[in-house]
Amino acid sequence: MSAFEAAAGRDDGWRDRQPMAAHAAHGQVSKRIIVGYGFWIFLLSDIVMFSAFFASYAVLVGQTAGGPSGRELFDLRNTAIQTACLLLSSFACGLASIGAQTRRGSWFYGAMAATFVLGAAFVGLEAREFAGLVARGAGPTRSAFLSAFFTLVGCHGLHVTAGLLWLLTMMAQVFAKGYRADILRRMLCFSLFWHTLDIIWVALFTVVYLMGAGQ
Amino acid sequence: MFGKLSWAAVPFDQPIPLIAAALVGVVIIGVLAWVTLKGWLPYLWREWITSVDHKRIGIMYTVLAMVMLLRGFADAIMMRSQQALAFQSEGYLPPEHYDQIFSAHGTLMIFFVAMPFVIGLMNFVMPLQLGIRDVAFPTLNSVSLWLTATGALLVNISLVAGEFARTGWLPYPPLSELTYSPGVGVDYYLWALQISGVGTLLTGVNFVTTVLKMHAPGMTYMRMPMFCWTTLAANLLIVAAFPILTATLAMLLLDRYLGFHFFTNEAGGNVMMFMNLIWAWGHPEVYILILPAFGIFSEVIATFSRKPLFGYRSMVMATMAICVLSFTVWLHHFFTMGAGADVNAIFGIASMIIAVPTGVKVFNWLFTMYGGRVVYSQPILWSLGFMVTFVIGGMTGVLLAMPPADFVLHNSLFLVAHFHNVIIGGLLFGAFAGYTYWFPKAFGFRLHEGLGKASFWCWIIGFYVAFMPLYVLGLMGMTRRMQHYDVPAWRPWLLIAAGGAAIILAGIILQIAQLVVSIRRRDALRDETGDPWDGRSLEWATSSPPPAFNFAVLPHVEGEDAYWAMKQRARRQAKLGEEPGYTAIEMPRNSPTGFICAFFATVMGFALIWHIWWMVALAALGAYATFVAFAWRDRVEYVIPAETVARIDRANRSARSQALVAMQAAP
Repeated sequence: MSAFEAAAGRDDGWRDRQPMAAHAAHGQVSKRIIVGYGFWIFLLSDIVMFSAFFASYAVLVGQTAGGPSGRELFDLRNTAIQTACLLLSSFACGLASIGAQTRRGSWFYGAMAATFVLGAAFVGLEAREFAGLVARGAGPTRSAFLSAFFTLVGCHGLHVTAGLLWLLTMMAQVFAKGYRADILRRMLCFSLFWHTLDIIWVALFTVVYLMGAGQ
Repeated sequence: MFGKLSWAAVPFDQPIPLIAAALVGVVIIGVLAWVTLKGWLPYLWREWITSVDHKRIGIMYTVLAMVMLLRGFADAIMMRSQQALAFQSEGYLPPEHYDQIFSAHGTLMIFFVAMPFVIGLMNFVMPLQLGIRDVAFPTLNSVSLWLTATGALLVNISLVAGEFARTGWLPYPPLSELTYSPGVGVDYYLWALQISGVGTLLTGVNFVTTVLKMHAPGMTYMRMPMFCWTTLAANLLIVAAFPILTATLAMLLLDRYLGFHFFTNEAGGNVMMFMNLIWAWGHPEVYILILPAFGIFSEVIATFSRKPLFGYRSMVMATMAICVLSFTVWLHHFFTMGAGADVNAIFGIASMIIAVPTGVKVFNWLFTMYGGRVVYSQPILWSLGFMVTFVIGGMTGVLLAMPPADFVLHNSLFLVAHFHNVIIGGLLFGAFAGYTYWFPKAFGFRLHEGLGKASFWCWIIGFYVAFMPLYVLGLMGMTRRMQHYDVPAWRPWLLIAAGGAAIILAGIILQIAQLVVSIRRRDALRDETGDPWDGRSLEWATSSPPPAFNFAVLPHVEGEDAYWAMKQRARRQAKLGEEPGYTAIEMPRNSPTGFICAFFATVMGFALIWHIWWMVALAALGAYATFVAFAWRDRVEYVIPAETVARIDRANRSARSQALVAMQAAP
């Protein structure tokens, strides 16, 4: 039986079953549902925050103050590699979730390590892009457009960096404590977080890079 | 080593802030010394500071709000007296100090009085009304509380070290940019709000999840008490609006710290983008504050009219309509921006439309009282005071929603009078109604009636005397935030307004006296049964104060006004329901995570304000370590044995039985 079938077919470990007392203590809904639901609400609020940065970018995109515009600055090849890294890391993160749910150490650690490497590559590429822009005199202080660009893209990059720290903590925790119910719930939140960063990147990649380079 | 911080930051040359700071310091040190000498520190740490119990967290939020209310009110007294004195003279407050006072007054009153007050009441009441044992994320709740306290602490530290913002309660650029506000005042404002804003956002996430996912058996959405609905709406607004505040303040911080150009005059920055963003948060914020107050009035009016709430479904609809519409009116805060007649007309009409669901609510409350036997206790007095006052405030609001009128009244004292009219007459009266209504539930004894009523009359009369003159002054052309003035016609009105502030002061003193007297006479004011007002919702179905687990057995809900139905059945059958089978209850263990995390947040905020970068890094590391330590816990719950549960519940049942027997015996 493959890990996929295991995840789809076998229910134990996938849903942490609570004793009745714990059920009663939290109403009729399992802790896993409550935690996942709460984390979704948090992610929605995070998306609202990004939408404010997107809006400010849209307002300021033309305000180049005589400096370079996106058309002159953006390197779509770099962005394409970044996108590939991030989307593949999400796939790896999905595998890690299955590994955790089926309690297969090799799957879990291997996939988490792959997620980390791909995520770190993404951040590294972004840092290189930023450093290159600053070196060319196109840093965030140059114009309102560049301020908005660095903030929007940088905010996403900071999220990925924080996610990497969380990922390492997550691995250490599974290593130290095993596949405990509360740790599996955290893993659920982590994967939700990681996939959300993908969603935001798709918007970012489209609105900032594709539309910017095409102007 | 210490960034921009040096001894020059302490305002030795300005007696007023220094004396104020010394007074605050003496009070804090005095309280700490007293607590330590009495040996209460371990108790406070174990039972309160590390508590994850929603009831205790709610009480601590409310205490924070009340203490900050005193601080904010001191600012108000200073402003009123300054304007009373500063006719053709300098007054006693120099401009740079006066500017800090009105900025601190607004910031404190909105973020550290109004917000903690409503969040405190929601914390205490909502899980009890839903018939559950705690919120969805108890430790997160504690983190929220202490992060809010961090923000309040940072604002107060600015009294001693450095200065506070001089830019008003919303730091409009370009004044708040580094060029025009080079000091640390704006930074204090920004970091205090960023940190407490995270706390508020987490509360929003926590409470939305709680209301939508956790209920006693049978407590469907359309059976939830009105206060739970308004809690849901307010917290949905928090989740949707506070991230905008975080983003906006982050942009201003980037402008100030790293030379970005979001809101600067140079390099393409756009000042009006700040107004749009801040009010896209700011207008929903108004409803975050007022909706819970509407919920409180709904509970209080139904209880003291001895009738179910009139038009429950329309009340739910109105609440959710306000929740959505509150995002469509932000531009009415700056009609003078020059967006053009069409844009202004759309936002003007939207602002009038949002008054409709509010009107629905007012009529529902009136019809709830109609035909009822209204008991004139303190909570209903606040509610009646609210209905009269809030309707006036609402009407001046609709007046301001008309762009042509707004062009005349923009930034005048008419506006100041309007928003105090709705915030004091709406939110604060609501908070006081909730405070007097739920106090017996929280502490097991009622608040003294006579002093409470006296305080109410001082507040409402003081309010009218203090703020009606401001409407007149606004129409006479006086703008807000004036440090001195030369128009003789304004003077009498400002003197009257100062008198009004003094009457409100008497109301506050009476409230403090009420608390002291009630504590001293607590045995006479004791609430034995847990149902002092003949209440209708589930918080009255448990003892006062409720046990840590709230309900020995989760109640079964069979309709609206869940507890009223249970009580009526008991009265018909002349006995309580059968004793339930008690089982052991698992409750979350206390955790110092929130407090320690807020400690590091305070250090980090302070270090960021003064550019002490090594300290920022250390504090960030400390906060991360705290979370890891929390995540590494092995035991997250403790068990209350069935015998303990039974003993506690039997005591309450016997008190209720006796009350029932006494009631049956009465003619």
